[in-house]
Amino acid sequence: MENILEVKDLHISFDTYAGQVRAIRGVNFDLKPGETLAIVGESGSGKSVTSRSIMRLLASNANVDNGEILFKGEDLVKKSEKEMQKIRGSEIAMIFQDPMTSLNPTQKIGKQIAEPIIKHQAVSKEEAYKKAEELLRLVGIPNPEKRMKQYPHQFSGGQRQRIVIAIALGCNPDILIADEPTTALDVTIQAQILELMKELQHKIKTSIIFITHDLGVVANVADRVAVMYAGKFVEVGTVDEIFYNPQHPYTWGLLSSMPTLETSGYLYAIPGTPPDLLNPPKGDAFAPRSEYALKVDTMYEPPLFKVSDTHFAATWLLHPDAPKVTPPAEIVARQSGFRTKQLQIQPSDDLSQMSGQDLEGPQDKNNLSVDELTTDRDGKGEANEPRY
Amino acid sequence: MVSNNNFQPEQSLPELTPDLFAKADSLDVQDNEKITAPSLSFMQDSWRRLKKNKVAMVSMVLLIIITLLSIFAPVIAPHSPNAQIIEHANLPPKIPGLDISGLNGTVNQNGIRLDKYEQTGVESDVYYYLGTDSLGRDLLSRILYGTRVSLFIAFVAALLNLIIGVTYGLLSGWIGGKTDNVMQRILEILSGVPNLVIVILMLLVFDPGIMSIIIALALTEWISMARIVRAQTLKLKNQEYVLAAKTLGQSSLSIAFKHIMPNLLGIIIIQVMFSIPSAIFFEAFLSFIGIGIPAPDASLGTLINDGYKTFRFLPHLMWYPSAVMSIIMISFNLLADGLRDSFDPKLRD
Amino acid sequence: MKSYTKYLGKRVLYMILTLFLIASITFFLMKLLPGTPYSNQDKLSEEQIFIMNEKYGLNEPIIVQYGIYLLGLVTGDLGTSFQFNNTPVAELLSSRIAPSAQIGIQAVVVGTILGIVLGVISAMKQGTWVDTTATLTAILGRSIPNFVFAVLLQLIFGVWLGWFPIALWSGFASSILPSIALAISPLADSARFMRTEMVDVLSSDYVELAKAKGLSKWEVAFKHGIRNALIPLVTLLGPMAVALMTGSMVVENIFAIPGIGEQFVKSILTNDYPTIMGVTMLYSLLLVSVILLVDVLYGIIDPRIRVATEGGE
Repeated sequence: MENILEVKDLHISFDTYAGQVRAIRGVNFDLKPGETLAIVGESGSGKSVTSRSIMRLLASNANVDNGEILFKGEDLVKKSEKEMQKIRGSEIAMIFQDPMTSLNPTQKIGKQIAEPIIKHQAVSKEEAYKKAEELLRLVGIPNPEKRMKQYPHQFSGGQRQRIVIAIALGCNPDILIADEPTTALDVTIQAQILELMKELQHKIKTSIIFITHDLGVVANVADRVAVMYAGKFVEVGTVDEIFYNPQHPYTWGLLSSMPTLETSGYLYAIPGTPPDLLNPPKGDAFAPRSEYALKVDTMYEPPLFKVSDTHFAATWLLHPDAPKVTPPAEIVARQSGFRTKQLQIQPSDDLSQMSGQDLEGPQDKNNLSVDELTTDRDGKGEANEPRY
Repeated sequence: MVSNNNFQPEQSLPELTPDLFAKADSLDVQDNEKITAPSLSFMQDSWRRLKKNKVAMVSMVLLIIITLLSIFAPVIAPHSPNAQIIEHANLPPKIPGLDISGLNGTVNQNGIRLDKYEQTGVESDVYYYLGTDSLGRDLLSRILYGTRVSLFIAFVAALLNLIIGVTYGLLSGWIGGKTDNVMQRILEILSGVPNLVIVILMLLVFDPGIMSIIIALALTEWISMARIVRAQTLKLKNQEYVLAAKTLGQSSLSIAFKHIMPNLLGIIIIQVMFSIPSAIFFEAFLSFIGIGIPAPDASLGTLINDGYKTFRFLPHLMWYPSAVMSIIMISFNLLADGLRDSFDPKLRD
Repeated sequence: MKSYTKYLGKRVLYMILTLFLIASITFFLMKLLPGTPYSNQDKLSEEQIFIMNEKYGLNEPIIVQYGIYLLGLVTGDLGTSFQFNNTPVAELLSSRIAPSAQIGIQAVVVGTILGIVLGVISAMKQGTWVDTTATLTAILGRSIPNFVFAVLLQLIFGVWLGWFPIALWSGFASSILPSIALAISPLADSARFMRTEMVDVLSSDYVELAKAKGLSKWEVAFKHGIRNALIPLVTLLGPMAVALMTGSMVVENIFAIPGIGEQFVKSILTNDYPTIMGVTMLYSLLLVSVILLVDVLYGIIDPRIRVATEGGE
């Protein structure tokens, strides 16, 4: 299968009075049709910036210093604003975090849903409104014909997020970017919205980039997960790999700080704060917060080591010379449950290619093959649902 | 397939010796808690942004100069502002050393430049830099004194308006409940009264003069200040950090001073900065329609009004005070705009 | 609908209360004024003054005069002018409303529309020279006193260029210069206000979403920005009305327009108390009505208020 999106060595910085903040420092990933990729990270790790750069909706003080964003083989970074307008809302759509503020308070929601349809598709106004009504029904708003004529403040938060989703789906986008779509909602509503998104993906077969800081949400919706830290992807893998065979100390920290039914006593918290990207640290950005930090971490940035065909992690712990460390008990328990072929820890490529940057190259192709894993996962069914 | 970028110089290939894979000790690790961006207090941050705003800074310097000039008017003024020398009436500007038509004491009469000073027999060492009015008073001196009066009125009115408005707004917002309700109803009724009408009625009842103008202005201008302060206090009162301070057992008074006041400061300063030009304008307006400062004292407004009466023939009598007033107004407005931008947390960059 | 009607009813009540308060203040302040209100006092004998007082009702106890005055206000009787013998103030003023209204309305309409355009362009082109120019225009308009501006207009277009009459009231042509002079303040205010509101709206989440829909910058501005930025602009109507009152007093004097403002200044200078009180009440009525109008308009154009009061859901 062709990749619908390939992001290559993306670097983005922001000009501020204090200097250049390097928010994205070499991000690589790809997205296959119909796949859901979750990008997880704490606030400020650059996940929203990554998603906005795909839409080219970055603030005016942002610069794409380097890299390509290939959408259907064409570089979005080089597109003109006019060309981007044709893509936004039709081929790539976006759902924002706060449904309370993302709808125009003085416009009827029918009009707001029909707007991108009218803009991008050669349909009459009536047809667009008809489509809008269908979309409302699709996202589960009862009485759509009546509610089309209402204003946003007449809907609850969950309903508004459903409307925002309906707007995004208006033109059957190839990629749907959901930027923390459930963060601002109550937990019960969150579950409903996630359920809706999963259901819709089945029907519409769109690719989804799901940005979140909530690992619990990830397990629910994603096929693959990318863990982001300080403007870089530190670990990428399938949901199972990330949840049951995590390799990066940061991922360990994230998973340990998530309560499960077995959690008793203290809940783990990752010590310290993320680095200041005004002055990114030398070496591994996570080293200062990691109890597993090696000397090499303070000198060189780790490359992405290949764990399996679909699993990569940027930590020196995967280097053959690295000492064997025992992850936290909680992680060991997770790993023991991970039923896969034998773990093969090997550097992703010749070390001579290593340059402190993430490694590109042939393994990118390998990244594509989640197919077998997904089927594998489906086969396992409920049994393999993450425990939390 | 992606060649390495030229964004970062190619890092030298690390020499990975086994000892590098030893556990890092705390000395190796960079301190993440150290924040490299300078930490600035609210006021410092605002000041930093104001300093970046060149227009506002120029305005501020201009205003300081004008204020100093008007404070020291008695020292600087070349002539007495009220001394009438009828023989020296209606003289054009004459500046020593400058021989430019219009500034050398000459006027254009039927195509010939006449030296007005010679004509009226003014001693050669007497100069009126901006000319004289119909009563032979030096315009420059009158403008210096007039600016003094105008600024004095505006500053005092702004100060009174600050005291009344902030007290009223703070009390209303902070106490809340019934008190707030009553105080708000009073404001609501008062805000329907046109300022203009109150000021004019006051001036008719009291003896015209600086004090009555100040009182009239202070009595009408405080309402908007009170409203803004109240709204802001109400908003701040319900902020989490105020709740936190309450939970920690801080007294109501200390919360008001430590948490509410500092956050009100920005908005109060901006409001005061905007109220000064509006007071200057209002005073000038009153003088212009003839119920301002009584003669012989003068404010910029009365000078403009006097000048207007003869502006077809002696336009400089109107233009100079108008220019001074416009510069003051523009500077205040620009500075106030700059302050508003620099205090606005939304504009943080 | 009920709650909104109730709210409006309350507003009308306050409006009446305000007017009553103003009427009372003006009345008692006028009574405080020393001396008799006749310009040619010295020539009048005791007896004549008594007769005059009798005629104007000034011999009654204050409280009775107050009652008569209030009653008159309700029936539209503003008393009789001292200056223009026997001319009822109401009649005197009503003949002068038309010119004032004409230049006032022209100024507000032209000024506000230009201001909105200026503000929107300024917000859309933030930080460019267009923005700087527009902001500068707005600041100049708000800083240069309107009488200076009016005189400047008169000098340039009336005296030097001779395009318009200088000081003569004869139809539309003579209303142009005063309207421009008056329009400066609403223009500057609405430009400034519109820019701030627009900048605010443009940084909102729903504008972000509109951009994500693929709308161009200007489509976003027209379809989502301007309408939402315009709503709060309605609140400017109150301050604008006040600015127009002060403005018209100056401008009508400079251009010799037989309007209310010109009459007011004349009455102030000649101590024509009944006329002063009449104009005061007229201005107050105007301001209070504008404030009420703002409330009503807000309810009409903002669906958040409108709909909340319509449906019973």
